[in-house]
Amino acid sequence: MLGAAIIVFRESFEAALLIGIIAAATRAIPRRGRWVGGGVLAGMLGAAGVALMTGRIAQLFGGMGQELFNATILGLAVIMLAWHNIWMSVHGAELAADARRVGRDVTEGRRALSAILVVIAVAVLREGSETALFLYGMLSGGTVSSGDLLAGAGLGLAAGAAVGAVMYAGILRVPMRWFFTVTSALILLLASAMAAQMARFLIQGDVLPSLAEPVWDTSRMLPAGSPLGAFLHALIGYDPQPSGMQLVFYLVTAGVIWAGMVLGRRRNHIPAGPRAAA
Amino acid sequence: MALMALMALMTLMTKMTPMTPTRALPICLLLALALFPIAALAEDPTFTVVIRDHQFQPAEVRIPAGKKVRLVVDNQDATAEEFESKELKREKVIPAKSRATILIGPLKQGRYPFVGEFHEQTAKGVVIAE
Repeated sequence: MLGAAIIVFRESFEAALLIGIIAAATRAIPRRGRWVGGGVLAGMLGAAGVALMTGRIAQLFGGMGQELFNATILGLAVIMLAWHNIWMSVHGAELAADARRVGRDVTEGRRALSAILVVIAVAVLREGSETALFLYGMLSGGTVSSGDLLAGAGLGLAAGAAVGAVMYAGILRVPMRWFFTVTSALILLLASAMAAQMARFLIQGDVLPSLAEPVWDTSRMLPAGSPLGAFLHALIGYDPQPSGMQLVFYLVTAGVIWAGMVLGRRRNHIPAGPRAAA
Repeated sequence: MALMALMALMTLMTKMTPMTPTRALPICLLLALALFPIAALAEDPTFTVVIRDHQFQPAEVRIPAGKKVRLVVDNQDATAEEFESKELKREKVIPAKSRATILIGPLKQGRYPFVGEFHEQTAKGVVIAE
């Protein structure tokens, strides 16, 4: 039972962190709860589908289907996070000033929310499909009772969700004048971390060279398997032995999003939070 | 099919994004890279590891250092396994009763442990590059 709890926790807390951050970042957008919930639901359905099709996906592209599938959905999440962040840099100040004023631009607001639905669905799908395969294996393996397994999985999921909830509550305590800076920075780092992970799958699939490997090695100081290492991995993409290609993906993504946000803010006549504070 | 999905996605993106095409271009390029055809894999030396009863056999795989090799993992169990190695930077789900190829290297001399994440207690092994 504990084994199941640990695996489910490990798989769920990354997605939970992401959901916590996004839910906090979009708190001023009306009806965002429905979209967040929709994303979780779509992700779980997708995870079950992907788990069922694992064998078929694996055989695509000369046996590298899984790598390319993972890289593609990570790429999709990166694009959606980037777009969401840039959208928020244009509209964030209005939202903070008066949420109802965004009502005149309902369509655009809905588009921004569809982006967070996709991001959340993709995050849940990725971790969820592995969890589903694991739990199915445990169940058909017959070494644990289904009751024990369910209890373990529930415990792991609850612990994972708690991490997300703590993150959410923590971000909401950030003072309003720093709020957009903090949430945009978190989302920018999340997107860059996902881009680096995408690079990892493309290297594994032999699509891209790794360039220098590793660029640095901190696996002794802060192993990826340690609690802090795993937390930093989920949050900012910490990797104790990154390859050159991963760094390129990380930095290019961070740079593109940052540039987009600066340009977006310039387009906006109302200065955003940090500028108003300065 | 993947290409069509990607094109549909791109169309959707251009409709939805407030970004100009030039700004969206780098991201699109990154995504397009995901569709590059896989280079010929056949010439690399191949090593096989079998998963049976949630254990790797052999548990030690000796490969030449400084060379790209193909590690074929043959999962004979009735349940899926996830081959995972932080040291090798590889993670791949191997469905029940199937084989998967994992490309590794070129590696420096050394030991690179791997586990079957779904049965970490028993499924342990190490790649030794020499």
